[in-house]
Amino acid sequence: MWTFFHKLGSPRYFYDLSGRVLPWLGLATAVLLLIGLYWGLVVAPPDYQQGDSYRIMYIHVPSAWMSLFVYMVMAGAAVISLVWKMKLSEVVAANCAPLGASFTAAALVTGMLWGKPMWGTYWVWDARLTSELLLLFLYLGVIGLRNAIEDPRTRARASGVLTLVGVVNIPIIHYSVIWWNTLHQGPTISKFSKPSVDPTMLWPLLIMVVAFMLYFAVVLLMRARCEVLARERNTAWVRQLAAQA
Amino acid sequence: MNQITMATAYIMLLRRDMILAYRNRAEFANPPLFFVLVVSLLPLGIGPDSALLAKVAPGLVWVVALLATLLSLDSIFRSDFEDGALELLLVSPQPIAVLVLAKITAHWLVAGLPLLVFALPLSLMLYLPISALPVLIATLVLGTPVLSLLGAIGVALTVGLRRGGMLLALLVLPLYVPVLIFATSAVQAAATGLPVSGQLAIMSAMLILALILAPLTAAAALRISLN
Repeated sequence: MWTFFHKLGSPRYFYDLSGRVLPWLGLATAVLLLIGLYWGLVVAPPDYQQGDSYRIMYIHVPSAWMSLFVYMVMAGAAVISLVWKMKLSEVVAANCAPLGASFTAAALVTGMLWGKPMWGTYWVWDARLTSELLLLFLYLGVIGLRNAIEDPRTRARASGVLTLVGVVNIPIIHYSVIWWNTLHQGPTISKFSKPSVDPTMLWPLLIMVVAFMLYFAVVLLMRARCEVLARERNTAWVRQLAAQA
Repeated sequence: MNQITMATAYIMLLRRDMILAYRNRAEFANPPLFFVLVVSLLPLGIGPDSALLAKVAPGLVWVVALLATLLSLDSIFRSDFEDGALELLLVSPQPIAVLVLAKITAHWLVAGLPLLVFALPLSLMLYLPISALPVLIATLVLGTPVLSLLGAIGVALTVGLRRGGMLLALLVLPLYVPVLIFATSAVQAAATGLPVSGQLAIMSAMLILALILAPLTAAAALRISLN
């Protein structure tokens, strides 16, 4: 178990392993995305109140979940890189920020498009929308700080500290719809109680969530591989790889 | 050699920073001046309607207070970074968090306290109901130290960078939002005669939390920035 983690910390081992896993992950992502989209957009029944426009949920909800999930991954990687100074976790934390920012932007844009027909307005300053917007600013702050610092080690540690300070915002976003009674609906899917979404609509949604997670993993691995190569460009194994290609 | 306790170190550094601020009066007068200028400009832009101004007064005062704090934040570590004093502080035997707390205290006394004083006449000029004034002052007393504390983290992260100014705003302003929300909601509640103890309790909690965690975080960030 521990040797696996120690091995994973070595850039070379990571590069080999991720190269072997990546095609399968990519295939699974594509298949699940296609199934989820077809099921959600075509097979699932229209909503009795919202008609067909609720179908944007199949993009909106997974994006919103991912916006929080990616931040937690980034924060976990930041802790690891600050405490144990593992190079690989620095790479992971660095590449989470742009992905998380895109998921957050996607959640905001789809939410606005969904809000217009349902609420009659693109935007309300309610707790969840505002805190999601703040999350976008946090991601942009992390990206901005990374771009401003040149030294790669300093850059990783400084943006790690900033990431951890921003973690305060995560529970606020998560519980905002419970703490404040606002226009955005409360959670309808929970681990512990019976969901208030009909199974015919719930299953494609869950498939889409898994597909989004896999998509995140695939893109993260691809980006991390690139950065590992760039960071290790002066080592023997990267030279060997380049000579073979 | 005498052993210097943490309390002595704190007081000595605070005294040094206050003397420095007093000798550079003109520079440190700018943020409060900015506060007064912008708050008095806004009614000219919005229009002199007293009902409207009274409604937006808490938000106006607080947003401009945020911006004024942001303007002055850089002074916490910048000049010490430029003349090398900051590195001497980092190698001193005292815990860095205590020294950072002294510098934050100095910043609040120089940049936060004047906002409190000027907020009084300005909010009267914005027709804020007199009954809401004590609450406005209470939110500023509880809130402006949080601004200095959180801001110190941002400055510590950007102090080594050449163009940190715009980046500082991006890093710090999202962290300021909770303070802004609870402060303005307290003042608005007070203006309409509703109870405000809930918001003030949350602001006190934020102050205590920031007081404990922010100096430690800023110290860690300083060590990273200066390597």
